[in-house]
Amino acid sequence: MLKQCEGSHAVAATVALCRPEVICAYPISPQTHIVEGLSEMVRDGTLPGCEFINVESEFAALSVAIGSSAAGARSYTATASQGLLYMAEAVWNASGLGLPIVMTLANRAIGAPINIWNDHTDSMSMRDAGWIQLFAENNQEAADLHIQAFRLAEEVSLPIMVCMDGFILTHAYEGVDIPTQEQVDAYLPPYEPRQVLDPRDPVSIGAMVGPEAFTEVRYLAHAKQMQALELIPQLAAEFQQQFGRDSGGLIRQYRMEDADTVVIALGSVLGTIKDTIDDLRDEGNKIGVLGITSFRPFPLTEIRDAVSHVRRVVVVEKCFAVGIGGIVSRDVRSAMRNRPQPLYCVVAGLGGRAITKDSLHQLFMEAIEDKLEPLTFLDLDWNAVNRELERERLTRRSGPIAENLLRDLGVVAARVG
Amino acid sequence: MTATTIKFYQTGTHTVGNRLLDPEHRSVQADMRRTNSLNSGHRACQGCGEALGARYAIDAAMQATDNQLIAANATGCLEVFSTPYPETSWQIPWIHSLFGNTAAVATGIAAAMRVKGRSDVRVVAQGGDGGTTDIGFGCLSGMFERNDDVLYICYDNEAYMNTGVQRSSATPGAARTATTPAVGDAPGNVFGQGKNLPLIAMAHEIPYVATAIVSELRDLEAKVKRAMEIRGARYIHVFVPCPLGWGTNSWDTIHIARLAKETGVFPVFEAERDRIVSVSKIRKQLPVEAYLRPQRRFAHLFSPTPNTEAIAHIQALADRNIRRFGLVDPAAETAVAAPVATGNP
Repeated sequence: MLKQCEGSHAVAATVALCRPEVICAYPISPQTHIVEGLSEMVRDGTLPGCEFINVESEFAALSVAIGSSAAGARSYTATASQGLLYMAEAVWNASGLGLPIVMTLANRAIGAPINIWNDHTDSMSMRDAGWIQLFAENNQEAADLHIQAFRLAEEVSLPIMVCMDGFILTHAYEGVDIPTQEQVDAYLPPYEPRQVLDPRDPVSIGAMVGPEAFTEVRYLAHAKQMQALELIPQLAAEFQQQFGRDSGGLIRQYRMEDADTVVIALGSVLGTIKDTIDDLRDEGNKIGVLGITSFRPFPLTEIRDAVSHVRRVVVVEKCFAVGIGGIVSRDVRSAMRNRPQPLYCVVAGLGGRAITKDSLHQLFMEAIEDKLEPLTFLDLDWNAVNRELERERLTRRSGPIAENLLRDLGVVAARVG
Repeated sequence: MTATTIKFYQTGTHTVGNRLLDPEHRSVQADMRRTNSLNSGHRACQGCGEALGARYAIDAAMQATDNQLIAANATGCLEVFSTPYPETSWQIPWIHSLFGNTAAVATGIAAAMRVKGRSDVRVVAQGGDGGTTDIGFGCLSGMFERNDDVLYICYDNEAYMNTGVQRSSATPGAARTATTPAVGDAPGNVFGQGKNLPLIAMAHEIPYVATAIVSELRDLEAKVKRAMEIRGARYIHVFVPCPLGWGTNSWDTIHIARLAKETGVFPVFEAERDRIVSVSKIRKQLPVEAYLRPQRRFAHLFSPTPNTEAIAHIQALADRNIRRFGLVDPAAETAVAAPVATGNP
């Protein structure tokens, strides 16, 4: 049923239809509305057969999910930003143990400086943790990905992060088609664990593994992600068949047919990029977009094939690895190994800075003319940066950087844009 | 613990022969049907107090739950020595996740059992003092506060033994560890404010809190059994000497544990909510020196010159335990030899 609702509520309603049995939650913006919605559904009986546990930290949230999942219950939690970092040890543990927990990540920047707005630094910090990471472009996909995520997680016995842009999606009101319980039940069978804590058949889970088997255990985690690479398109196709909607999959292509220039990105910014590309197409430029839905496992072959004919690739990413540059672009570079085309990395939208069509238009025109630097920071205020560097050069005790910049810019309250 | 009137058929010993008791009063360990939940063949050190404590506690919990038990285990000695895979000593469903999240993992298991309609399956979480009083403290307090249906058992050997005997917040003042060496003006661990977890558990007003020692098998078993009769968050703190970390003879584990109780160093009691309901009295009070001397971690208190100040401090703490928990009957107290030193530290 098409419903005008907040992204978080669409996700909450959809997660509820997946019949989770244990939900654990710790508040952190911008994820809170999701678990608030679920707690209400558990409380008022619309989500029966589910335990909702308010815990004392994100570390505990995921740890409770580890316990409940290992004991055979379909388990769900949600977090963002610092919360993901606080649960980091459990993040690796959940995937190492092969527990099919589904977690929504409402993507948000990581401090310091503390910042509640959107970028992808949080999920990227855990990109090697063994979780499958799926990125939603809009709220419909955010909702749909959860249904596919439970199915996929339980199929390969791996945890999945469904990443949706904080505020931009979580707090946006859009029309979302919330499926019926019958539809979801037909797609998502009850959880049949591969390993379970049960007195009727006692097993030890979480033993120490030494050099004699550690490599093999880690390789098997990789092998499962490779299985997921096969399964994700199948599950998306099946989803389309049953729900009549194109959601999920590994990558998503838009106006790529004869493109010379391809822009690659993840998440909600794809919408703005598509609008910009429509304009550029109208102006006669051969440009297209490739959205990465599955960042882990990374669809190397699909991306390699999709960009084989293009002249240049621009990766717009809401994250970067300090000291070297892009994160997504390096993975894309692996996909383009031994290919001569230039790859431009553009870091954009950090800490919620708006990525505007104007900026993108100018950026893509520079790319088309091959005038871009290999690494570009979109809309970076060079003057402010240089003034701070100058202050540091002149004064030993130059003071805290973030506060200096804010004073310099005259910003009195957090401002988006 | 329910009081049982028993006759002493033996003299000169503090124990009662099992065979002389009615079958229902005999220890779980004496029962041929005991489950050996932590089976033999594990890799604990000789004389390991934790291995004994865990075996006693889990076998008792198994009997009390008709074998419907799942255990979550913190990282630490107990985890490492019991599961060098492909060997596992656990005869029960058992999970090790991390060092600091055991109480939360147990909460998750209990929630799963509830939602699956298998509330007959009970959950035990267990860890050492580091995993309980330090790194796992947040999760433990959360589990207490929510009153989750979990029995948490801490096997307290007063330091991080698995990593090579480093100080924890359960390490007593003056004790030598790898990070509180017996050098300098104030050798060994500092006398801090202490972190009495049983009392902290009681402050959460959870339904059941108890302390126990490995030298009192039947008391320990009875407390586990009692804990399993109750729903909600429960906590048992078991005092388990560590021959490796404490520098004691491996054959002295039971003896050292008994001395901890008889000197008042470790009070053995039982509480419901925030109220102490029973106390194991000291049979024959001894000065703390009797407990400290056999342990090399305290050797610097006696040699080359006695550190009377530190010994007096430890004695004062034991005396405070005796007063606070009523460990000595007033009538018996007068008959006891005067402590080495008195006064508040």
